Amino acid sequence: MASSAAVPFWRAAGMTYITYSNICANLVRKCLKEPFKAESMNREKVHFSLSKWADGKPQKPVLRSDAPEVSDF
Amino acid sequence: MLRQASRLLSRSVAAGSSKSATARGFSTEVPSTIDSTFVESWKKVAPNMDPPQTPSSFMKPRPSTASSIPTKLTVNFVLPYASELSGKEVDMVIIPATTGQMGVLPGHVPTIAELKPGIMSVHEGTDVNKYFVSSGFAFLHANSVADIIAVEAVPLENIDPSQVQKGLAEFTQKLAAASTDLEKAEAQIGVEVHSAMNAALTG
Repeated sequence: MASSAAVPFWRAAGMTYITYSNICANLVRKCLKEPFKAESMNREKVHFSLSKWADGKPQKPVLRSDAPEVSDF
Repeated sequence: MLRQASRLLSRSVAAGSSKSATARGFSTEVPSTIDSTFVESWKKVAPNMDPPQTPSSFMKPRPSTASSIPTKLTVNFVLPYASELSGKEVDMVIIPATTGQMGVLPGHVPTIAELKPGIMSVHEGTDVNKYFVSSGFAFLHANSVADIIAVEAVPLENIDPSQVQKGLAEFTQKLAAASTDLEKAEAQIGVEVHSAMNAALTG
């Protein structure tokens, strides 16, 4: 079924809404004045470890931390 | 526990008899939408245990729609990390919907609006509070309750104009230089967000 609905440009480029929304939020945070900018960057820090599994065993984990940017796997 | 079982029993019987097999209410209604066939088969399998509760049974019933239009709009404005406004009664809010600035008064037709980067203003008497919203959604309910959710919302004073200008120039340049669709989309988003911030600061 051909889609006739007008999709937003980011959806047409293969981006999901969450990615779009996170990019917008990051850009706004980057433009804040100083104490607020530091607070928001602090708030958005993430720290996680990701391991892919092969043959029923976890492979070497990838550690991601202090990465407020959107990462797409 | 046994008291609860009889309550659930009577509720499910009432709900089961008043509905057809395919009709299901909205999940936000009062928790009498318990699936009676599920409860019956549960009781056959585990007669001594209560049927499991569903999230909707823990929710407070939605306030009913008043028959006359209320005088105030109740606004719940939430961010992922904080609740900016919670149940605040105001006269009007203007939200930056993707279809344009939308003024919401009490008694507004129920709407779900996707928000674009822009200014949201809350009007209470003569006070106006403005926030720059990065993106989000606004749910306007029939009972004059507005739930506005945003990922990031800042008062306009917290935005640094020089960084906005710098960002705008940088992304305009990236847009011209972009090759793949994704790069173009990201640059376009950058241009839009920075132009909106610029307009918010100067307008």
